[in-house]
Amino acid sequence: MFTKRSQLEPKNKLASFEAAILPHLSSAYNYARFLLQNESDAEDVVQESYLRAFKYFRGFHGGDSRAWLLTIVRNTSYNLLQQNRSRQLVDSIDDSTEVLDTSEYSNPETVLRQRIDEDLLKQAIEELPINFREVLILREMEELSYKEIGTLCDLPIGTVMSRLARARARLQDKLAGKINQEI
Amino acid sequence: MNCEETQSQLHPYSDGELDLMKSLELEHHLRECATCSQAHDDLTTLRKALRSDSLRFRPNPDFEARVKSALRREANGGRQWFSWTWLIPLFSAALLLIVFSGYLLTRSSGDDLVAREIVSSHVRSLMTPNHTIDVPSEDPHTVKPWFDGKLDFSPPVRDFTAQGFALIGGRLDYIANRPVAALIYERRKHPINVFIWPAAGGDTKAVAQVQQGYNVIHWTKSGMTFWAISDLNLAELQQLEGELEKQ
Repeated sequence: MFTKRSQLEPKNKLASFEAAILPHLSSAYNYARFLLQNESDAEDVVQESYLRAFKYFRGFHGGDSRAWLLTIVRNTSYNLLQQNRSRQLVDSIDDSTEVLDTSEYSNPETVLRQRIDEDLLKQAIEELPINFREVLILREMEELSYKEIGTLCDLPIGTVMSRLARARARLQDKLAGKINQEI
Repeated sequence: MNCEETQSQLHPYSDGELDLMKSLELEHHLRECATCSQAHDDLTTLRKALRSDSLRFRPNPDFEARVKSALRREANGGRQWFSWTWLIPLFSAALLLIVFSGYLLTRSSGDDLVAREIVSSHVRSLMTPNHTIDVPSEDPHTVKPWFDGKLDFSPPVRDFTAQGFALIGGRLDYIANRPVAALIYERRKHPINVFIWPAAGGDTKAVAQVQQGYNVIHWTKSGMTFWAISDLNLAELQQLEGELEKQ
């Protein structure tokens, strides 16, 4: 009886895990890839995250499985980033000075009227500091709510909101600046 | 709602995070303010671009398969690898290896010890002028019966004078913690001692070695172990070994 149990259980566990978590592979990869800015690191982190997720799957009691997986991906990514001290974790932008400068938006010089060049946009995202980049990715690409992002990144909703606004403003600035230079 | 307020609420409004009342107020302002309306349009343009599928990083086509196989290893292999059922044959194999290597070690060192005893006994037998011979006789029919009652086995005794190895006699000796038969042959004044006693196990091929300048040949045949030793050259000693093995 004991053998039967130990033989069957992992198979069932794997099947239900794969059904629930494997569909989020592309989200997990995209998030990790934007966080780590490196393909092989992203692959390592996503694979390790899946193994961790599988290990702790028993502790997952329903809810948003994608947000749960992305939290694991985030932790695994930051662990790796901390190991690679060469990478810049602390942002040049300080949250405490995050008072929205409304003049940025009303300045017609920075207004984007043209069709946005996607290569340029991708490059602009990658140039964002990591704290801003990840909030942007989670909101725009994974379409998580402020609350979900706050839970995932352990941030107050106000900070999620202000970082998101700053990130978008930076993208607009950069895109506008580059477009202006080209003209 | 003024411009400053509108600009600060533009992002949560766009993200659908603003409550209904504020949303209505903001929309009212956008209809009246071209600058704020433009800012909203710009934000919408940017956000639309950000949602483009082509901005996403896509995993390599084989990545999902790799993750799946890693999971499978974790689910099956990972668990069984450390299970006790795996350890049982592993442990038995290790135990067998230890016992076998121990057997090999003691056996080879045992052989080595015997070879030293053989040399000592051979040298001792040469130290007395007429060698140490208990039964001096060239006749096997005298030597062989002489061992009866002195040993618990009957050693093969033959004369090879015709082949150039004359039987000189026999002697009782004590090797490897047991009484053994020693036959003395002579070839061109070179004395040869052949020690014989019963052996456990099957036949082994002759192994030649040199101990303290003496040639030593060891083999096992028909339940008897043989050690031949002499200062004779190896080729001739091997000739005697061949004769002894013929019987």
